[in-house]
Amino acid sequence: MSGLRHGLWVLLLAWPGLAWAEQRFPPPDFSDHALPTTQFPGRESAAWEYVDLGVLALALVLATYFALYTRSRRALFLLTIGSLVWLGFVRNGCICSIGAIQNVALAIADPQYTIPLAAVGFFVLPLLFTLFFGRTFCAAVCPLGAVQELVALRPVRVPGWLEHCLGLLPFVYLGAAVIFAATGTAFVICRYDPFVAFFRLNGSLNMLMFGGGLLLLGVFVGRPYCRYLCPLGAMFRVLSPLSKWHVRIPPKECIRCRLCEDACPYGAIREPTVAPAPQERRRARRRLVVLLALLPLLVGGGWWLGTQLAIPLANLHPTVRLAERVRAEETGVVEGTTDASDAFRNTGRQREQLYAEALRWFDLFRVSGAWLGAWVGLVVGVKLVTLSMRRRREDYEADRSGCVSCGRCFWYCPEEQLRLGLIQELPAIPALAVQQEAGTTEAQR
Amino acid sequence: MADQERQVDRRGFLNDTFRVAGAIGLVGLGGFVAGRRGRSDEMLWQLDPHKCIACGNCATYCVLDESAVRCLHNFEMCGYCELCTGYFEPEPPSLTSGAENQLCPTGAIQRRLIEEPYYEYTLVAELCIGCGKCVKGCSAFGNGSLYLQVCHDLCVNCNECSIAVACPSQAFRRVPADQPYLPKHREGTA
Repeated sequence: MSGLRHGLWVLLLAWPGLAWAEQRFPPPDFSDHALPTTQFPGRESAAWEYVDLGVLALALVLATYFALYTRSRRALFLLTIGSLVWLGFVRNGCICSIGAIQNVALAIADPQYTIPLAAVGFFVLPLLFTLFFGRTFCAAVCPLGAVQELVALRPVRVPGWLEHCLGLLPFVYLGAAVIFAATGTAFVICRYDPFVAFFRLNGSLNMLMFGGGLLLLGVFVGRPYCRYLCPLGAMFRVLSPLSKWHVRIPPKECIRCRLCEDACPYGAIREPTVAPAPQERRRARRRLVVLLALLPLLVGGGWWLGTQLAIPLANLHPTVRLAERVRAEETGVVEGTTDASDAFRNTGRQREQLYAEALRWFDLFRVSGAWLGAWVGLVVGVKLVTLSMRRRREDYEADRSGCVSCGRCFWYCPEEQLRLGLIQELPAIPALAVQQEAGTTEAQR
Repeated sequence: MADQERQVDRRGFLNDTFRVAGAIGLVGLGGFVAGRRGRSDEMLWQLDPHKCIACGNCATYCVLDESAVRCLHNFEMCGYCELCTGYFEPEPPSLTSGAENQLCPTGAIQRRLIEEPYYEYTLVAELCIGCGKCVKGCSAFGNGSLYLQVCHDLCVNCNECSIAVACPSQAFRRVPADQPYLPKHREGTA
């Protein structure tokens, strides 16, 4: 028996790859030996997800309370560390509110997919809070924000044009993430989460370098991921200006002392405006009309450009990549095979079937790419329109879309010092000088 | 001044409207996706053993230090071979449990004589690292009774499974939590 099997062994050594031929050797019938049963390890309770959801809700309430009611930067800071430790290092940063966007997108697109209730909560709660209280989630709850908040030590001011241009990236990222999630291609937000490797103390070298680079950048440019990449931040930017209660720099009245002007490491403090001259106002109105007319053109142009993106977009899909590889091997463009192409050949499926499937994905991505392009066009258009609209501001105010409610500016305000009893009376401020200064800077722009 | 106040009122009214509409929309969306559930409460990652090519990525790509993927054994399919190609190196020096003969890098398979010439092979879950070397040997030359599965006592169910991304044969998918395993069956019994 043994000899026979030895012979088979040698014979089969020449067999290429893995072939499926089960029951080559008939299982024996034992008379006095009971076959063991395979143990399938059970799952530890899923209760942790609901604990996380509770922690999230509690942290949101606390962050809002500290930012809006007690106005305590110290408490916010402690909460930031707490969130970083629990949601980041203990729970390994998964599931997070940013990634939950993808679960929701997939759940809408694919009825077969069952979304975890925790993911629904992680998606809805921060957005609801933002609608009413501003971005308190960013201030002290989000572990990705927390890790950047802690390293923002020497923030520099990013020039306005650069800030506005880079500020478009999160919207592009959001659009792309939704498309890839909805088509079931990939969860790109999770795949390119820069800090999850730190939370797990484990990850690929590329992701560690990306995360480390962002943290290093974050020392000088406050919260680079939140401002220039975070897709949830993009949604917050739209919702936060609608908030009913929002962080205010002075506890009561702004005295326009300018002390807070450079306080914000994230460039989210706006100075008072001065009334424009009549001809300037006419020009601004004409500019607005032109930009509004341009909006449909931008959306249409984006749509057309987006259809051209089908090939790079589809290449993220494993089936399309496999089809490309197999085709390249068949036509002799590349030498050798990969694990993936070997696996495909061993399934015995026809190449034409694979190609047809890949072509269907191309078609889908042509449509998705068009939507993505139109979305980007819309975002650029709306950005131009909002830039050319004038908002009257009498005081120094937090820019509601950009402000993360971190509370760093509170201390700079003499009103706040007065409220805390640190000073007895407000210093006298020559108000006129402020207006003139503000006027010149406005004109320079 | 009155004009300005009216403007502020109008903006406030619009903001109120958008905010309430947004809140209703968000809660509605949340309720819609939460209510749109399949037959299971949750989904977990699992790999299809019939697609698996035992490439070894499971051992290295999992976010856990020790992979959540481990080898399981279907005893009904097993031939109880004396020369088990999942247990022994190709051309083993001898058919004993000596380390130089074994394929498994961690010695996670125990070999026990049942009756001549039949041997039983049992996996020690704590030692298995999910490298799939035994799976490859058993599938290529044996009955294919050894197979890899995501073990849910270890798996942390990442939003996107890192092994799934690296899997060359697209064997990973989300499965309902009430049937979290895709076991192999003996032909004709499945």
